[in-house]
Amino acid sequence: MKTPRRTLFATMLTLSTLAVTACGGGGSGTPAADEKVTLTYALWDDKQQPAYQKCADAFHAANPGIDITITQSGWDQYWTDLTTKLAAGDAPDVFTDHLSRYPELAKNNQLLDIQQDVANDKLDLSIYQKGLADLWVRDGKRYGLPKDWDTIAVVYNTKQVAKAGIDPKEFATWTWNPTDGGDFEKTVAKLTIDGQGRNGLDPAFDKTDVKTYGLALETGGGAYGQGQWSHFAASDGFVFTDKNPFGSRYNYDDPKLAETIDWYAGLIKKGYMPPYDQAGKLGVTPMMEAGKAAMVTTGSWTISSWGEDFAFAPLPIGPQGRKTMINGLADSIYAGTKHKDEAWKWVRFLGSAECQDLIADSAAVFPAITSSADKALAAHKAAGRDVSAFVDEAADPQGTFLYPITDNAAKVEQLVLAAYESVMLGKADARTALPAVNTEVNNLFQ
Amino acid sequence: MAATLLARPLGRRTARRSGSSWQRGHGRIALVFLAPALIGFAAFYLVPTVRGLWFSFTDYNLLSDPKVVGLGNYGEVLSDRVFWNALKVTGVYVVFNVATQTVLALGLAVLMERLTRSVMIRAMVLLPWLVPNVTIALLWMWLLDVNVGFVNHVMEQIGLSKQGFLFSPDQSILTIASINTWRHVGYTALLLFAGMQLIPKHLYEAGRIDGAGEGRMFRQITLPLLRPVLALVLVVSLIGSFQIFDTVAVTTEGGPVNASRVIYYYIYEKAFTQFEFGYASAMSVFLIVFLVALTLLQMRLLRASTSDLA
Repeated sequence: MKTPRRTLFATMLTLSTLAVTACGGGGSGTPAADEKVTLTYALWDDKQQPAYQKCADAFHAANPGIDITITQSGWDQYWTDLTTKLAAGDAPDVFTDHLSRYPELAKNNQLLDIQQDVANDKLDLSIYQKGLADLWVRDGKRYGLPKDWDTIAVVYNTKQVAKAGIDPKEFATWTWNPTDGGDFEKTVAKLTIDGQGRNGLDPAFDKTDVKTYGLALETGGGAYGQGQWSHFAASDGFVFTDKNPFGSRYNYDDPKLAETIDWYAGLIKKGYMPPYDQAGKLGVTPMMEAGKAAMVTTGSWTISSWGEDFAFAPLPIGPQGRKTMINGLADSIYAGTKHKDEAWKWVRFLGSAECQDLIADSAAVFPAITSSADKALAAHKAAGRDVSAFVDEAADPQGTFLYPITDNAAKVEQLVLAAYESVMLGKADARTALPAVNTEVNNLFQ
Repeated sequence: MAATLLARPLGRRTARRSGSSWQRGHGRIALVFLAPALIGFAAFYLVPTVRGLWFSFTDYNLLSDPKVVGLGNYGEVLSDRVFWNALKVTGVYVVFNVATQTVLALGLAVLMERLTRSVMIRAMVLLPWLVPNVTIALLWMWLLDVNVGFVNHVMEQIGLSKQGFLFSPDQSILTIASINTWRHVGYTALLLFAGMQLIPKHLYEAGRIDGAGEGRMFRQITLPLLRPVLALVLVVSLIGSFQIFDTVAVTTEGGPVNASRVIYYYIYEKAFTQFEFGYASAMSVFLIVFLVALTLLQMRLLRASTSDLA
């Protein structure tokens, strides 16, 4: 009686294993030399997909033996999706990679080192925006070719600015400091309007009944505050890590960061910025579109989502000057790809002026190649948008700082976000919350 | 449905009585019929559980091979305040969700049983339950949004102040619990309604002749006789409620701070965004132990509640 049961169990196990293997083996088999190769390419920005489809078509026309299938999923799902596929050995051959994520992937041997290919093909890396290409090198190994970059600037509602009697030309030289907020805070206050039509500078201003906030608030952004506060903190002299890239100690206990975050959270208390719990998850765009906020700092990747009532201004000048975070994306090759040569060909094409010019025409992002970025600028101009704020900031060698590249990025994000949110919700102040979380963060690197 | 579930123990007893001759005669055929369920059980429950148990003793990030760390993960779990907070948040959710859901469902079931016989209305009550969870979560996230949501708009019109709902640290988990109460109340009501069909109608007739009102009949006839079904419904909704994940994942993602970081979402975050599979598995093992204890307790309570009809 025992034997049949055990056999049954074994059969079941075998069957289920077979079923699982059958599911996993859905990908393409090993092709013969002259057979058609299909490469999968993953990205997260739906606004860029049409432009990259054009690149894929151009690539296919030049290499009829290679098909490109593009898959897209939102930023939140992208990394979960990618990692589970990496674990299953079924990852896309080539994928868009982020500075905060690639160290982890490289450490676990999931990315193909393309240093040798770059050297063999004698690629000229000086065509890219300065500094971008080398961000993808760790210990002599290269893990990606730059595709685009982004900076932060201010977007404002032109009608509300005009109504408040502010001349947008003043934005070219406006200042900011963490004590009283400088010109920037004055502008924010002027743009804040309560139910009786009084602005934020009026002594009778009622902060419990705000109709239009001067500054919109985007939730999240705890650890790096890319679009929210990184530029303020940096222009006050804050530096994220002991060195970048590949720092091993964070400086969240810096008093300069604490005073910046306390100033930022203070805007909520003054009624100039919506309470954190009322900022919502739908993003700042619906709020701005509905006229409930007049201004916000935002990344250049959002440019095309702003309607004609909006214009861009440079970030204010802080005690240490004007500083913007600059971040670059790259295309990486999956170490387990079955088509290494074809994948390299595709990455080389993605990093070439031919493809990046096509991206420039779509005016969705700024391509990494400087000549292509100029084309994107022209495309924006043709569409009636002045985006020079983003480009001028990137061109200033003293005006940019890099997105912090470290290990443990996802864990740092979770820890710091909780501390940051408690400050923004008014449950703690940055002077105590940030040093406490900094200890926890640095323990990750022990 | 409730009736079938209750009848199941009886069926099992009959099968066991037939003894070895039954196995010799029909065993093979029975196995063929059982195979689909057993294969599914092995592939999707047994194997993952055993693997999870193994991962819980390792340091495993999905991409490199697991490294054995013994009981290290368990020690960390015990001193992880986010874990304990997640258990507390889940507890608040379960209590609020099950309590409101059961009370409202009982009310709805009585209304369906005593007031209307309309199939239309019975079907309508089920509608929210037929919509996928993610859709419901998105729907409510938009409805409750502070700036563009309908609910806050109405509240402002009638002179109330705006509420953060999902994104307010004090309201977050209760809002999520209410959304799921709204979704499940019809289904729970239907289960209770089915249970009410087992109560003989002549009891109500007798009650009416004796001059009892609806309220008294509810308290002294419906409620006592419904007890076994009510107990079953409680068990089912308690376990279901404990598994809260999708609404949180779609709306708050655990925030603000940790106000809605329920245990399943925390496990998911550890496993799939921070890739600490070992740690996440250790938390899951804790959860298994906890849920098994809870279920045993409930089973005991359920067995004790034999019907007062007999």
